[in-house]
Amino acid sequence: MSSELSSTSAQVPGGNPETGTARVKRGMAEQLKGGVIMDVVTPEEAKIAEDAGAVAVMALERVPADIRKDGGVARMSDPDMIDGIISAVSIPVMAKSRIGHFVEAQVLQSLGVDYIDESEVLTPADEVNHSDKWAFTTPFVCGATNLGEALRRIAEGAAMIRSKGEAGTGNVVEAVRHLRQIKNEIGRLRALDNHELYAAAKELRAPYELVKEVAELGKLPVVLFSAGGVATPADAALMRQLGAEGVFVGSGIFKSGDPAKRAAAIVKATTFYDDPKIIADASRDLGEAMVGINCDTLPEAERYANRGW
Amino acid sequence: MSTHSKPSAADHPVIGVLALQGDVREHLAALAGAGALARPVRRPDELAEADGLVVPGGESTTMAKLAVAFGLLEPLRERIRAGMPAYGSCAGMIMLADKILDGRDDQETIGGIDMIVRRNAFGRQNESFEAAVEMAGIDGGPVEGLFIRAPWVESVGAGVEVLATVRSGESGTHPVAVRQGNLLATSFHPELTGDHRVHELFVAMVRAAARCAAAGA
Repeated sequence: MSSELSSTSAQVPGGNPETGTARVKRGMAEQLKGGVIMDVVTPEEAKIAEDAGAVAVMALERVPADIRKDGGVARMSDPDMIDGIISAVSIPVMAKSRIGHFVEAQVLQSLGVDYIDESEVLTPADEVNHSDKWAFTTPFVCGATNLGEALRRIAEGAAMIRSKGEAGTGNVVEAVRHLRQIKNEIGRLRALDNHELYAAAKELRAPYELVKEVAELGKLPVVLFSAGGVATPADAALMRQLGAEGVFVGSGIFKSGDPAKRAAAIVKATTFYDDPKIIADASRDLGEAMVGINCDTLPEAERYANRGW
Repeated sequence: MSTHSKPSAADHPVIGVLALQGDVREHLAALAGAGALARPVRRPDELAEADGLVVPGGESTTMAKLAVAFGLLEPLRERIRAGMPAYGSCAGMIMLADKILDGRDDQETIGGIDMIVRRNAFGRQNESFEAAVEMAGIDGGPVEGLFIRAPWVESVGAGVEVLATVRSGESGTHPVAVRQGNLLATSFHPELTGDHRVHELFVAMVRAAARCAAAGA
């Protein structure tokens, strides 16, 4: 059949296809929109997530709630564990590197993960510099608490942004704060004229070109998800109504009483985020939610959102 | 092109974009750019109002699961059997395939195009690429093909027209754009490029189908 096909239709002109372009990296995140990305620590959990309708899984060694509990240095996951998760599911697999640990990122790229999360949930390896994400074929997602931080990450090559929230708490308050902050700052940029954008860029500590682009688009030039503290279907729908294009759920699923059911319920509420009846139905009979932590009792040193700059 | 007697589906077709998950906004914008009234579709009553449907890029396993959970799969199959034009990009191509390879064992598709599609055929994200693609029926030079964990068409039935192919290393040449009657599918994502020609082709297909239906009525 192939010979017949090649005679009846055109070939790709110009030879070599190009991998790792900004459009290919950012375009990957566009495909995840409206979806839920779930933290998993074993191939079995990855399968439960895929069965529930996750658009991708985040492979890590311990969920943030356990990183909080256990303490110590949190690092990139064991390559065997990542391989196991990659072969267990057909959906995209993401994995975390420490902030500024570009060798962990190189390793993750060599393992063939689909997205690298340069994450504040792991212990930072560099307190000044984030990784140069343009140097990679694999796209990166990074956390941000405000617009300036989001734009600095995009300037470094991030192809997707997630509001940070406070991972491993099961408390959505910081996720709300950070997403509102980013949206609010974008709204303020919209109202500025061209003269004012230069000063705004200086205040945001972000490149002028990106600031101008955001002012024109009224949104980030990359996909914006929310993360850190989502534990219920209503939490996920809240973040969507506040303007997140999708959600990351970490400890909220596998630290709950019935992970499979809760995962499927969060997927439904993320799609029908503006339909309270569907969110109500999805919220029924889910068993215990994760217990959660009140963020105002968290000592400063245990606030992951303060990591990264 | 059309008579201006009264607004009708032939003049201003309403084209739905299946909005369960994926790059819905980009398809809505591309359809609007191509002259259609574009609306998101998540429920059977929204589907009933559409003259044509785009199945967007996204995660096909998620879309299939949600389509089943919210009672949309059978209405989608019925509309397509009844001749509603549909266009699928990437995950949408998988959803419009009668058979798929490398999917989940329980993965449902809407079906409609007599073809076998291999999911993630070009590889994982690191193998995702962009390339210029010559596509039959699209004038004005090649389209920019963005292939993201993209599927390809493994084989097609007699009624399926192959509109474009791509050569992939050792494995040879694979169809990446096909048409069967009112159904169109591409492995790549024209909605991400700002080039609306593929969407213009689809809007023309929807208009033609609406004219046909009006003439037959």
